[in-house]
Amino acid sequence: MKKFKYLAILIMSLLLAVVTVGCGSKPLSQQDVLQNAKDANTLTWGVKADTKLMGLIDVNDGQPKGFEIDMAKALTKKILGKNGKAKFVTVTSQSRIPLLKNGNIDAIMATMTINAERKKAIDFSDSYFDAGQAILVKDGSPVKKVQDLNNKTVIGVVGSNSVQNVKKYAPKAKVLQLQDYAQALVALKSGQGDALTTDNVILGGMAVENPGYRVQGKAFTTEPYGIGVNKGQPHLRKALNKAIKEVEADGTYNKLIKKWFGDVPGFNYREVLR
Amino acid sequence: MITLLRTYWSTFLTGFGWTILSSCIALVASLLIGSIMAVFEVVPNKTLRTIGTVYVEIFRNIPLLVIVSFFYLVIPMYVVKINGFTAGTIGLTIYTSAFIAETVRSGIKSINIGQMEASRAMGMKYVQAMRFIVLPQAFKVVIPPLGNQFINLVKNSSVLAFVAGFDLMYQGNAIASQTFATVNTYLIVGAFYLVITLPISYYMRHLEKRLA
Repeated sequence: MKKFKYLAILIMSLLLAVVTVGCGSKPLSQQDVLQNAKDANTLTWGVKADTKLMGLIDVNDGQPKGFEIDMAKALTKKILGKNGKAKFVTVTSQSRIPLLKNGNIDAIMATMTINAERKKAIDFSDSYFDAGQAILVKDGSPVKKVQDLNNKTVIGVVGSNSVQNVKKYAPKAKVLQLQDYAQALVALKSGQGDALTTDNVILGGMAVENPGYRVQGKAFTTEPYGIGVNKGQPHLRKALNKAIKEVEADGTYNKLIKKWFGDVPGFNYREVLR
Repeated sequence: MITLLRTYWSTFLTGFGWTILSSCIALVASLLIGSIMAVFEVVPNKTLRTIGTVYVEIFRNIPLLVIVSFFYLVIPMYVVKINGFTAGTIGLTIYTSAFIAETVRSGIKSINIGQMEASRAMGMKYVQAMRFIVLPQAFKVVIPPLGNQFINLVKNSSVLAFVAGFDLMYQGNAIASQTFATVNTYLIVGAFYLVITLPISYYMRHLEKRLA
């Protein structure tokens, strides 16, 4: 009898946990995020903290820096006016969608490719950058292209779609998913895998920082990056699309591309100008 | 939640299997190493006592994640190539054994010194007295805290996820990031951990009743 009592308590507490998660105070889907942002004069962006050139926390002053950061600042100014403030919250590939869904951030600008799987969970703005997936290897590696990865180990990051993509080109590849790019790179260096795969801009940043490693071969996919917003936020999405067009039209976009990708070896910045 | 479980049951089970395997290996190994270190800490020999104390104080006071990352990232660079699962299990063993050593030591200390003296007076060697008289009584005393350590060990095995050790947490992360069903995935992962830890809880309680 006593055992049943324990079991009952256990089940009750599990149910309680489910219920508490289930009902928040005011559903996010009924709020207008754009209006909230205008009221607070602040737009909160989820950005990367570990990706050189796109979004990287500078250890000297603790500020995020990169193309996406500058782009987010420019878009915020277009949407909220000159005095609009952009607030940055650092996210990972894994945490960005949950953080968006629970309302911690208003929009995701964190090297996120627009794809069908994610569209089921969130909405996307128009693309703001066209990347492509590639592989990073040690100099002199026998891996020349992605197809060579069959029966080899390839390192990716949890929550990014690059891991599934590799499986399409090299079905027999063994995949290790690590927590973030910094850890993935160290794992590659310590020989846990033969190649590291993700988008070419991210790999380019790693190759710049780590002599002896290079981006191998051409990009084998196209990865249009989009800004992620919650479902049921048409106003914010429209405002973002309009702001992206304006930033492209007034030349800010190309200026930022040149600033960040102007001298990355092996990466032709003219291909991504708009 | 049912559909999630149905679609990914093989992935969950794979993770479940690796978690159990890692926990079992770490449990046996850390109990062995921990007991040896506990004895080292109380023997009259000064060198052994220093080894025991240094071992416990170092590994008890470093975060588990740091130990595991060391074995995953540093050891392969300079010594020998080991994969995430091995690195994680080694780290888990070392970390838990330090706590088990402290637990067992407290058990040994709780046994009246007269037991040891009487055994020695009967002509037993120190090792014999330890093995046949003191340790059996000490283990009885420390069954409840040992159970705690075992449960902690199972839960701590989730660090394998950080070094791609294919365990429950690793598979859970992968599934959550593919399906975005974050809440449901982690609820299932939590339930799987309960499947391992609850029986341990009950068994330790049973053991406690029977022996003590």
